[in-house]
Amino acid sequence: MNLEKVFFAFFIVLALTLNFGFFLGELDNPDHHNVYELFAALVVSLIATILKFGDRAHIGAVLLATSLVADLQLIAAVILWAVSVNATAAGMTPAIMASIVSLSGGALLANITSVIILATETVMFRR
Amino acid sequence: MKNIIYLLLRRMRLPLVAVILAYALSIIGMVLIPGQDDQGNPWRMSFFHAFYFVSFMGSTIGFGEIPFPFTDTQRLWTTAGMYMTVIAWLYAIGSLFSLFQDHAFRRSVAYARFTRSVRHVREPFYLVCGVGDAGNLLIRKLADQGIRSVAIDRNDSRIQALSLEDLRVDIPGLCADVADASTLMAAGLLKHQCAGVLALTDVDNVNLMIAISSKLLAPNLPVLCRSETHDSEANMASFGTDYIVNPYDVFAKRFAMMFQSPSMYLVYEWMTSIREAPLREFARPPRGEWILCGYGRFGKAVRESLSFKGIHTTIVEADIAGTAAPEGAIHGRGTEAITLYEAGIEQAVGIIAGTDDDANNLSIIMTARDLNPALFTIARQNMQNNDAIFKVADIDVLMQPGTITAQRAVDLLTTPLLIDFLRLAGEQSEDWANVLVSRVVGVLTDRTPETWTMTIARKYTPAVIEMLRENTPVTLQALITDPRDSTARLPCVPLFLQRADYSETLLPEDDTVLQAGDRVLFCGQDHARTHMRWTVNNLHALTYICTGHDRPSGTVWRWLSKHQSG
Repeated sequence: MNLEKVFFAFFIVLALTLNFGFFLGELDNPDHHNVYELFAALVVSLIATILKFGDRAHIGAVLLATSLVADLQLIAAVILWAVSVNATAAGMTPAIMASIVSLSGGALLANITSVIILATETVMFRR
Repeated sequence: MKNIIYLLLRRMRLPLVAVILAYALSIIGMVLIPGQDDQGNPWRMSFFHAFYFVSFMGSTIGFGEIPFPFTDTQRLWTTAGMYMTVIAWLYAIGSLFSLFQDHAFRRSVAYARFTRSVRHVREPFYLVCGVGDAGNLLIRKLADQGIRSVAIDRNDSRIQALSLEDLRVDIPGLCADVADASTLMAAGLLKHQCAGVLALTDVDNVNLMIAISSKLLAPNLPVLCRSETHDSEANMASFGTDYIVNPYDVFAKRFAMMFQSPSMYLVYEWMTSIREAPLREFARPPRGEWILCGYGRFGKAVRESLSFKGIHTTIVEADIAGTAAPEGAIHGRGTEAITLYEAGIEQAVGIIAGTDDDANNLSIIMTARDLNPALFTIARQNMQNNDAIFKVADIDVLMQPGTITAQRAVDLLTTPLLIDFLRLAGEQSEDWANVLVSRVVGVLTDRTPETWTMTIARKYTPAVIEMLRENTPVTLQALITDPRDSTARLPCVPLFLQRADYSETLLPEDDTVLQAGDRVLFCGQDHARTHMRWTVNNLHALTYICTGHDRPSGTVWRWLSKHQSG
């Protein structure tokens, strides 16, 4: 058992599950989307990215790329949230909520890709 | 470069994760802990406020309790958060700095810098493996002529020493295993600007390895090897090493020449001495009994040469069995009076201190001179940095393997004609050498002569080629005429002429007519070369020297002069 692989798999799958939890619900209903869940998804996704830093294998590089995509999408969603709540007069509206959730949906797709690649790698290298 | 980034990212993984976790924990705490606004109503920090607060808290900027004064619970958590984030930051920055100090990291930075500067070399360069005394001297001599080199050595301090030298050109240097083919390739072995490989390390086997690698990877590249034994010389020659330099052999042959034909020795010494060294007085060694201390590679070469000239040597050697010294060898180092007496120091005419230890060599000379002040002394100086003490020891002939190797290598690479000349000159009589010496002395001041080659080709001597095209004969006389005063001669002597068909003439006469493709070797004062370059590049100067007329340069004047004469 490779401890490094366990850690990475843990974080990448956790990022996916958290993100999925946040994404679930009506698209534009703020009550269905928990801010804590978004925060946790971002933190876990950042850690998963850093764990792939300096990986010279080809698959490692692809995983780094997909988790970077997820980070970018989540950071965009978080900034959007912060700006709409703190810096606009209208506050959180259904339209903005819909944008935030769809951004996290993009991140979810990237997370799924990461997990698929991880699963493929695991299946291919039977040891 | 890629290596460095990978190393950096890989090492920073854990510290960065620690920073993110510390921040996430602090932020979550600030969001969850209930607070109060300025009216005393319950209030909770949003993620945005928490991130803002933790950002300036973690970096110890500290704007205060924003937006409302904290409750005690919040302050408790802030205290914990401060220590957590500051420690995480210190850990991350500390890891970064320790990475910069890391030996492996610095080595890969040096390697990246080296390969980049090698990649950017745009002019021909020599690849020098091993920067000991010989390599260092060689690089400096090449740099004097504006020729670049790339240096690799196993020893970092030698590369450092090289980078501290004040050279005219930039010399990329790398500390690495020189016997490794990948090092050679990183140093530009396969670049088409690479003009040759020089294997100058102290170890024959390493030189052999370098020669084999470069002959396999770049078969057309000339390779020069330093070698100390005949065995490895034969091995190197077997796969086509172009030049092999054995400093002990070179010295032993020169030394034997001193006995037989001193003038010839002087010719050799002049032609192959360090640039612009003062002209040394020539000390002629006496014939008779000689004592040879140290029967290693140097001692063997000298003894062989001397016995060839019929001179008997008594050998003093500490390890008689190990060096296979011949019958009658005296056991000892030669640094003690008793050993030297045993070797017959009172009857001897000369002593050769040829061990591989400089301190012992000096000690041998000092002791021997006490016992017999009339001795002719010869010492081997192994390390260049002992120059000062060997100079004051007033030794008749000094043998410096590094200097000999470097000089020989520079001649082979930059003046191949000189080697041909010396080969032919060696076959001539002592009388011939006397004539040559008197001719050369005639043009010299107190410095040793410079030697240079003049190739008759469009690239080097455009004026001569132009004259030949007009069917005006150009003689050697024209080249050695002073362009400033056509009645005076430049202080130089033409030594050797090699035609395009490889026919060779020693000491060509002044009225020899030049042809395209000729290569002429000159020796004389340095400024003569500068003036000669002026003549061969300037058609007007050359025309005036050859015909005594000024050439009309404008079209009108040319037309007028043609009509006047025609």
